[in-house]
Amino acid sequence: MGKGLSKTLFQVENLFCERDERILFEDLSFNISSGEIVQVEGQNGSGKTTLLRILSGLSNNFEGDLYWQGEPLADVRDDYKRQLLYFGHHPGVKAILSPEENLRWYVAMHPGMRANSIADALDKVGLSGFEDVPCHTLSAGQNRRVSLARLYLSNARLWILDEPFTAIDKKGVAEKEQLILDHANKGGSVILTTHHELAMGDKVRRLNLDEMAGT
Amino acid sequence: MEQILTNERSDSAENTLMGLFWAVLKRDLMLAYRKKSDLFNPLVFFLMVATLFPLGVSPEPDFLAEVAPGVVWVAALLATLLSMDSLFRSDFEDGTLEQTLLSPQPLFVIVLSKVLAHWMMSGLPLTLLAPLLGVMLFLPAEGMSGLMLSLLLGTPTLSLVGAIGAALTVGLRKGGVLISLLVLPLYIPVLIFGTSAVQAAVTGLPLAGFFALLGAMLALGVVMAPLAIAAALRISVSG
Repeated sequence: MGKGLSKTLFQVENLFCERDERILFEDLSFNISSGEIVQVEGQNGSGKTTLLRILSGLSNNFEGDLYWQGEPLADVRDDYKRQLLYFGHHPGVKAILSPEENLRWYVAMHPGMRANSIADALDKVGLSGFEDVPCHTLSAGQNRRVSLARLYLSNARLWILDEPFTAIDKKGVAEKEQLILDHANKGGSVILTTHHELAMGDKVRRLNLDEMAGT
Repeated sequence: MEQILTNERSDSAENTLMGLFWAVLKRDLMLAYRKKSDLFNPLVFFLMVATLFPLGVSPEPDFLAEVAPGVVWVAALLATLLSMDSLFRSDFEDGTLEQTLLSPQPLFVIVLSKVLAHWMMSGLPLTLLAPLLGVMLFLPAEGMSGLMLSLLLGTPTLSLVGAIGAALTVGLRKGGVLISLLVLPLYIPVLIFGTSAVQAAVTGLPLAGFFALLGAMLALGVVMAPLAIAAALRISVSG
């Protein structure tokens, strides 16, 4: 990775968030450059999910400034949504739809996605043969795999992944780590939380929320 | 390095607004079809009210004919209200609502399509079932067309307004009661003009005025309600 590539993609300035009269973080400032993987760390309840929801634009419960490619996030929200893939606390999989129907719906919602490779993506997450069964008959891990299949379909530049490896087996985790690494090598950025030990070594920048906690 | 930035625009139908509208509509109708209990709940309620009302009050045909417009309309209104809570609830619980809000597609179109799908599963069957209730309650034959037309124009408005309440309360664990309190006052104008239209049809008075007013409310609802629903959903998910 050349130095010229590492331009700032996402910028967070003086972020302050309070929940139930408890300060989760204050004066939190950091940049995410393209090609960078940022792992948000912290104890349970330290505000990892809250931070990711703020960054994704779902939560307005904060003070501070967010910038996307140098522009205030509120001004470029449509462009930002096009460039964002968010994997949330809830995987966003409809239990009474099949994996394929779920992904078709995502593609309809995100016109930039590659609709023609849905079967391919399901194959890559190990769900070939399960395309047409309702998701409620699948295991918890398989349900999360349905949602993770979006990673193979997406053209998004920034991935925000909240605990993507929960309930995923070891082989699956290794594949997803490779996928994340590939995404970063192509110039994309990833922000994720996980309790897994990532095998990506020095590629990952860590952001510890426990140190940011209010006094 | 910029290759992942180029938005590969596939030429699929989903790229147009109409395509998006159909995709959401198709999905929601499919969900409703696979979960039939939600579908039949308001209909059964609607039928029960009409069946029990004569038993509880009076089986006199003259009396029933007089109150039939009001009873059918109130039953339809309450049946719609009953079905409202489920509109965004399951999407909220499994996280698909979050994904909807993060979609670059216009929320106005998505919301309008969802409400239409909901109406096709509640308001439309209620309208089609209404003549049966009319017969059970001895509504004169002249009133039938008025009843159906007023429900056809009125129930979409009920769905649109109810969806605002559903969107505002979806983040709360027990939103059901709150929806009724929020939405019921806004239902009253629709109820008044709806029943008046049926009564006018029975007595042979001109109907155009009532339908014009119901239509105006619907037109206003189609334009304004999706904006309010979208804003309410953002607040509910943000909280």
